[in-house]
Amino acid sequence: MCLPAAAATQSNDGESMTLASHYSYWMTILLMITGLYIVVARGNLIKKLIGLGIFQTSVYLIYIAPGKLIGGTAPIVAEGFKIYSNPLPHVLILTAIVVGVATLALGLALVVRIYEEYGSIEEDTILEVERRDEADQEKAGDRS
Amino acid sequence: MALLVLAMVVQHNLFSVVVLFGIYSFLMATVLVALDAVDVAMTEAAVGAGISTVLFLAALYLTRGDETRPLHRTWSALLVSVGVGGALVYGTLGLPAFSDPAAPIHTHVVPRYIHEGPKETGVPNVVTAVLASYRGFDTLGETTVVFTAGIGVIALLRRRRRKEGDR
Repeated sequence: MCLPAAAATQSNDGESMTLASHYSYWMTILLMITGLYIVVARGNLIKKLIGLGIFQTSVYLIYIAPGKLIGGTAPIVAEGFKIYSNPLPHVLILTAIVVGVATLALGLALVVRIYEEYGSIEEDTILEVERRDEADQEKAGDRS
Repeated sequence: MALLVLAMVVQHNLFSVVVLFGIYSFLMATVLVALDAVDVAMTEAAVGAGISTVLFLAALYLTRGDETRPLHRTWSALLVSVGVGGALVYGTLGLPAFSDPAAPIHTHVVPRYIHEGPKETGVPNVVTAVLASYRGFDTLGETTVVFTAGIGVIALLRRRRRKEGDR
């Protein structure tokens, strides 16, 4: 993925929509749907969390890419620079990254617990074990 | 980067998926540097590529390393993903072009932060000024979330240790 290349070839014409002007959005969306696909299609819980991670990074990009101004610098005020990129999305995403790793830790802790309870981190196997347990309980209920 | 993500979809060995995810996070950090978000890039490299990978490896150590089951619901999942992607692409058609200085994101509160921020807070780094000063409550909420998540992790993993002690 090469966003800077897209930036270099982009014209300053704000009205007309070109491939280069929306390239960053589309790459972000590509990452997003890949993450979504992993979450939906894969039964493995750790793989699902990785899919969520990819989805999350695409959200970082979709916040930060519009804040970039070509010819601007990082928003640290110093002499000799006039144009700065937008600092506000950076702040929001800094918070999001830290919160993201906290929720990731919680999710992985849940996965470890599930593994200890069911002996597997595959969705199908977990559902099978659940069903078997329910059937066992019903049998026990019939007997008593 | 897109190739790396596709490799992650295909790969079944969870260990290599985790390593790929680390590389992906690092690439994401370099892209963020290119987008002038240096603070975010540093956090992403440290937290995304560092701590997340360690957490994933720890979880892998405690569970099983391979994805055993074949795929399921592949086509409906693909359909849902592509459908969502199509809707989002349609949505981007109304968005301003990349690096358009007249876009609403650049005209609302940000000029004030950049021009007044260093004077009002004395911090030349606008990101730090906004984070710690103007939006300090965000950081308070963030620490609350991290604290709650920490309590959750401890509660989940502590039960297990007690169980092992009973045996």
